[in-house]
Amino acid sequence: MSGNGFDIDRRRFLSAAAAAAGVTLAPGVTLYGIGQAQARGLDEPASGKVRWGMLIDVNLCTADCNACVSACAEENGLTGHGRPATDAQWIRKVSVRDPKNGVEKSVPVMCQHCAEPPCVDVCPTGASFKRADGIVLVDKHICIGCRYCMMACPYKARSFVHETLSDQKPHAPRGKGTVESCTFCVHRVDAGAAPACVEACGDSGNGAMTFGDLNDPNSEISQRVAAYATRQIRADLGVDPGVRYQNL
Amino acid sequence: MRVLVFILAMMFLPTPAAAQEAGGVPAPSITKGKGDKCVADTDYMRRYHMKELTHQRDKTMQQGVRTKKFSLKECVACHATTDDDGQPVSINAPGEFCASCHEYAAVKVDCFQCHATKPEEGKQARRLTLFPMTAAAEPETGQ
Repeated sequence: MSGNGFDIDRRRFLSAAAAAAGVTLAPGVTLYGIGQAQARGLDEPASGKVRWGMLIDVNLCTADCNACVSACAEENGLTGHGRPATDAQWIRKVSVRDPKNGVEKSVPVMCQHCAEPPCVDVCPTGASFKRADGIVLVDKHICIGCRYCMMACPYKARSFVHETLSDQKPHAPRGKGTVESCTFCVHRVDAGAAPACVEACGDSGNGAMTFGDLNDPNSEISQRVAAYATRQIRADLGVDPGVRYQNL
Repeated sequence: MRVLVFILAMMFLPTPAAAQEAGGVPAPSITKGKGDKCVADTDYMRRYHMKELTHQRDKTMQQGVRTKKFSLKECVACHATTDDDGQPVSINAPGEFCASCHEYAAVKVDCFQCHATKPEEGKQARRLTLFPMTAAAEPETGQ
């Protein structure tokens, strides 16, 4: 490693990073992130120093497991009408297949919480917005239901509520005529907990999901992103998603 | 004018009995909250609760500030009643806390098109695992 840190070539950097992380990421060792990733005070606004993100190890995710999807529905009170085309869908399992070798993988896809979200760019009322800590949300108080954001989203992450709802969850208000999508379980994150899908994946799934602060070099997710090759879906679009995939 | 009438009416109706003392003016009967007193003076809340709720709404939505003082969720948690079976009653059901006054004053609220009308179920039982909680997802832990 000569000169300044920018001179090191990619391979040497990666192997050095992997070696450094190997100690802490040894199998069976639980690595806890520290730093920014702690519960804020109730009166403290979301910090711009934090960038919440998620890392999904696609090799661990199996096609027959639906824990994240059902946990999301349970947490946010997403009830369907048996109409898959229009029922709300905040997270879904997508099967991808490499036509060259037939390898199939099951990938959970939700709002990717882009750093440059196209849904925010196109929203005519400012209802679609990105919070300081990188979570992309819909302010349903000012959403007029035009669904322009749904058109703009490259990940097909948003849903429109077509019908009158009742018995919503107190922490997840939802209503007819507005667009909605994955909130990274913002109510849980604000309370210092991980999103419901991540918790469910760890508890009853395959432990494929990691949630944390991408800006905090000590967080588990940052160390994994530094140690392993990860990718964003359609990174070529330049929207810089906060959700990353490993082994995809 | 309607607002003035409403405020005047409200001044005289802590209880239905008081309304009758005030000359038999038909008045809403308001259920009492669970706590000793509201987060602010009754007079202030009668006049300004909507402004405080809107202010809180924007701070919570856009900045993630979740103070409880003027949180709609806390209003519902305190003011919701339970029926004979111990089940919570929607706060916007006829005669319940929000509905009783708003119907009387002919003010339509649309909070509850989206927001929950009943307190959170099993609030005590609902425990969040504090972050960082995710155990390192090593292949060995896979099923």
